[in-house]
Amino acid sequence: MKLSDEAEEILETLWISAKEKKQNVDLNYLKLARDDPPVKELLNLGYIAILGDETQLAGRGRKEAESIVRRHRLAERLMLDVLDLKKELMNEAACKFEHLLYKEVEESVCTLLGHPKVCPHGKSIPRGRCCGKMDRAISPVVSSLIELDAGQRGRIVYLHGKNDKELQKLMAMGILPGMHIQIIQKFPSYLLQIGQTQVAMDEKMAEDVYVRRER
Amino acid sequence: MTPKKLVIVGSPNVGKSVIFNTLTKRYVTVSNYPGTTVEVMRGKAKIEGREFEVVDTPGMYSLSPMTEEERVSRSILLIEKPEIVLQVVDAKNLERMLPLTLQLIEAGLSLVLDLNFMDEAQKLGMKIDLSGLEAKIGIPVVATVATEGKGFNLLKKRLAGYSQRSAQSVDYDQIIASSIREVENLLKGTYPISKRSIITLLLQEDAEIESLVRLKEVQDYPSIKRIIQETRNRYSHPMNYVFGLYRQKKASQIADLVTTPSSFRNLGPGERLSRWMMNPFAGLFIALLTLFGLYLFVGVFGAQISVDFLEKVVFGRYINPFMIEVVRRTIPWHFLQNLFVGEYGIITLGIRYAIAIILPIVATFFFAFSIIEDTGYLPRLAMFVDRFFKKIGLNGRAVIPIVLGFGCDTMATITTRTLETKKERIVASFLLALAIPCSAQLGVILALLAGKPKSFSIWAGVVALNFLFMGYLASRVLPGEKPLFYMEVPPLRWPKLSNVLSKTYSRVEWYFKEVLPIFVLASILIWAGKITGVFGLVIRGVEPLVRGIGLPSEAAAAFLYGFFRRDFGAAGLFDLAKRGGLSGVELVVAVVTLTLFVPCIAQFSITIKERGLKTGLAMVAFIFPFAFLVGFLLNLALNLLGVKL
Repeated sequence: MKLSDEAEEILETLWISAKEKKQNVDLNYLKLARDDPPVKELLNLGYIAILGDETQLAGRGRKEAESIVRRHRLAERLMLDVLDLKKELMNEAACKFEHLLYKEVEESVCTLLGHPKVCPHGKSIPRGRCCGKMDRAISPVVSSLIELDAGQRGRIVYLHGKNDKELQKLMAMGILPGMHIQIIQKFPSYLLQIGQTQVAMDEKMAEDVYVRRER
Repeated sequence: MTPKKLVIVGSPNVGKSVIFNTLTKRYVTVSNYPGTTVEVMRGKAKIEGREFEVVDTPGMYSLSPMTEEERVSRSILLIEKPEIVLQVVDAKNLERMLPLTLQLIEAGLSLVLDLNFMDEAQKLGMKIDLSGLEAKIGIPVVATVATEGKGFNLLKKRLAGYSQRSAQSVDYDQIIASSIREVENLLKGTYPISKRSIITLLLQEDAEIESLVRLKEVQDYPSIKRIIQETRNRYSHPMNYVFGLYRQKKASQIADLVTTPSSFRNLGPGERLSRWMMNPFAGLFIALLTLFGLYLFVGVFGAQISVDFLEKVVFGRYINPFMIEVVRRTIPWHFLQNLFVGEYGIITLGIRYAIAIILPIVATFFFAFSIIEDTGYLPRLAMFVDRFFKKIGLNGRAVIPIVLGFGCDTMATITTRTLETKKERIVASFLLALAIPCSAQLGVILALLAGKPKSFSIWAGVVALNFLFMGYLASRVLPGEKPLFYMEVPPLRWPKLSNVLSKTYSRVEWYFKEVLPIFVLASILIWAGKITGVFGLVIRGVEPLVRGIGLPSEAAAAFLYGFFRRDFGAAGLFDLAKRGGLSGVELVVAVVTLTLFVPCIAQFSITIKERGLKTGLAMVAFIFPFAFLVGFLLNLALNLLGVKL
């Protein structure tokens, strides 16, 4: 059964509050009342529970919410990396898109994008089934550098640094979005060519460079 | 008239030092930057009739420092207020190096840009429009081939006749631009670089600049901090990434306009050799070949031929007899004579050791190491061993201190501070203390085991096994994040002899300043220890341990002296072995135990200084019994198996 868009928005807000901001939410904050249709819809399904002032995810609601967040963030990546949309447009478009993305489509999009780990805002994207299997049935447009073979080239789309320092290191080596990069070898360590510079790095760091494949 | 100050900056491997050496022919001094071990070269130069003080800085990638070297370079720019800054870049990599140029311009420094390695760029088919670049960024631009002395006339003209122009820097978005405007009005103090630059560094969470601003803007600091915080909050990425992107965008724009990119790929002989060095099979072969060459030069030419000559001829025939004569005539008391020319005298032991044994070994090692360093082989070796080093808690970068350890463990322990994480620094200093014999010790050990290939392989095998096993264990036991490995791989280049010689000289000079006093001190301590009978007591204390691992009691003295210098110990064994006091098995057990045994006094004190008293003592407390345990087990195993050596 398909949830209403409003109900999905509520689940998404609850998930982000609970998992990332670590705070509880009451209905007033969401400008909702107990008998609004989307709230009732969720209560009937047992997806949320209301205890006093607090609204919490319950039962299958947790899984459902996580999947919505995942779709929203995947949609953002799709807008930015593949469709090249401007950042201002991205959020709005992604909000609409998340409701249209069905499970099967979601996996395809995730695969197409090379199973990204973070959204363009740096928040983590909940993992899906396809990420574990690293499905490559559809050949991805954007992928982590380590998915490329020695000799292949790409254009850097974004960096997924675990922290400031790591980003700064990559940037110091000239590894920045927009630059062309080629993998010279992958073993025993990665050897990359950017312009006339060669850089050696381990797999852990190369993994964080996402590129669009080039011929 | 006081000389103008000229500071040379740029990323690593762009040829700054060669340019520095060409500009300054006189009065060059090398010194550690205050409070660091980073070397800074200073010299005087007369350029077009004007006096300059020239400073060569360590490599830097951006104004936001990540390493100690970069921090020093930035401090020089901030504190020493240079009249002119010369940025040297690799012409081939203009696009990648322009972001720093833009940052330096933004900082309001009087900048001259030098595109070095112009010949390499041309060989690649790259064309760079210099006057176009000059017009585009608004600072003087020159091109050089520093190694061949080309382009210096124009460079000197631009430096001497520097005139300020209106330089171009980076444009930011509305949010950053308005925050810069707001904070600019609040900054009342005077700063060594432009306020705009200060603000961009504040936005990038630069702790050093933050405390500078807090100091100068007592009143308005809270409002400044608030604006900065609010601006940061509006971005989802870290600010240094945001600024990095803006700078790179502008840099790429400029580079696109003024360069015709290379049309073909560089696969010359240098590049092919470079690939071999990093190939899993050929790389191993080249690494072994390099080690073998190093052994021939240091182990045979340095430790055997040169040592023999200096010790037997120079000291044995001339200096020692002469000094003994002089001392006997001027000092009437026998016990004081011994202090200078006795068995462990300052001259006959301390100075003879330092000059006749250590000097040739260390000098040949540092000479060879400087050549290897200047060819650019080390980053390739680092990349080659990284995967393997990760297993022992280190990353490929640590190959530099480890290889240097075969020269001098003390110096190597100092360089471990270039490693990034605390865990790596501890593991590396521990392994240096435990299992890496320094060139001096190695020289004597090689002489001890010469002509005994079986003994040699047992020694090398046991020590290598300890290195691997203890490294693996330490990486498991010690907490801390896994180190990341990344390194720029510069093109292979022919080393320049003058550069190699000056590096070797400064390293040997450092070694002597640090080590000679310790040798003299060790001689005095041994002399005093013998006279007072303290040594006798200590040796008697160590004897049971030594007998426990199956060695004759006489070896105890070697272990005690081993603490003063690792090679004193090895040399003690050498004497014992020559007198026929050790059987084959005993010799191997003794040499293995001594190699693993506590580091020399100098390394011990540096380890404590670098890693802290607790860690330093813990290492020794572990290594001391561990070395004897390994000796014990080895002795047991060799005897049980009935190995004859």
